[in-house]
Amino acid sequence: MEDTHAVHGEAHADGGKKEIIKVTVILTVLTLVELALGFWLMKIENQTTRLEIKGVIIILMMAKAFYIVAYFMHLKHEIRNMIMTVGVPMMLFIWFIIAFLYDGNSFKTLRNTYDPYKKEQSTIIVEKKEEPKEFDSENKKK
Amino acid sequence: MSTTTTATANTKWWSGGKSPFNLEYGKVMMWYFLMSDAFTFGAFLISYGTTRFATNGWPNPNEVFRSYPFSGAFSAPLVFVSLMTFILIISSVTMVLAVRAGHNMDKRGVVINLILTILGGLAFLSCQAWEWTHLFHERAWWGRNPFMNADGTQSSTNFTNFFFTITGFHGFHVFSGVIINVIMLIMTLQDKFEKRGHYLMIEKAGLYWHFVDLVWVFVFTCFYLI
Repeated sequence: MEDTHAVHGEAHADGGKKEIIKVTVILTVLTLVELALGFWLMKIENQTTRLEIKGVIIILMMAKAFYIVAYFMHLKHEIRNMIMTVGVPMMLFIWFIIAFLYDGNSFKTLRNTYDPYKKEQSTIIVEKKEEPKEFDSENKKK
Repeated sequence: MSTTTTATANTKWWSGGKSPFNLEYGKVMMWYFLMSDAFTFGAFLISYGTTRFATNGWPNPNEVFRSYPFSGAFSAPLVFVSLMTFILIISSVTMVLAVRAGHNMDKRGVVINLILTILGGLAFLSCQAWEWTHLFHERAWWGRNPFMNADGTQSSTNFTNFFFTITGFHGFHVFSGVIINVIMLIMTLQDKFEKRGHYLMIEKAGLYWHFVDLVWVFVFTCFYLI
């Protein structure tokens, strides 16, 4: 019984074809901008600039995630209780990401400080033994 | 029960007799499943990030992912993965259209859009299969990393291990999504939903499919772009 009642509750909130087209265009544009930044990133040597571009890419990624969840998965049109029940637990990710990336970075710093052997090993430039083989020549060998 | 249609502040959502989330049970449970899945993927990606933050050098993704079918030695980073990304976005759009057609009880629309979604999913899986094969032939696999770090130093196998584990786990989700969509297609063709009077199952499959697209947004950014 409950199922059919719930259906009526949702039916109106489907959003029009206009909204679908709008979100599709937004997602496409965001992806294109991300790709443009990705291509730009290849030419940049400056580490600070690189980090800034990566930050912008991450912000665009979050925007894309928002549009998919809010409109395609319809969460924006659900009632507040539902949005909260999904959204609040996701805030755990804020701690999750900061704590673990900070930990990783701290581990790197500690190891570089107290493990000179490891540090030295990671600065040796190794000769590439051979050019990466192409798919076809690799097949012939087998 | 018409009170469920208006989401006013006066509606007593928790007094019983209706879903407090104004959603059908199965859909709420699908959301909970997707939340748990989000944490699984989150844990994978964060462990990747942690390892990358803890390592002095890392391979340049533009060196690794620079090929697409029939390109030979021609280096074209990001091109192939952009194609994969767009395939997944478009298949997500056709899934939205299928859900919408289901709302309007338009069986023909559901069938057409579901078929398009399934084709999109299969196209994505084919792309991934090609990419994996290509990398495998370049000697990359779990426990094997032929790529140098971006600064020319020796790299560890962390890069390939994380890449194959996470894109593999995502690819497995895409695969399950395609299977679920095929089942939905068969049920639609058998008029199961017409008899039931609603196409809510399509919406649950749709939620799952959008989630797969959502995860790809993160995987794509973390592995290929940055």
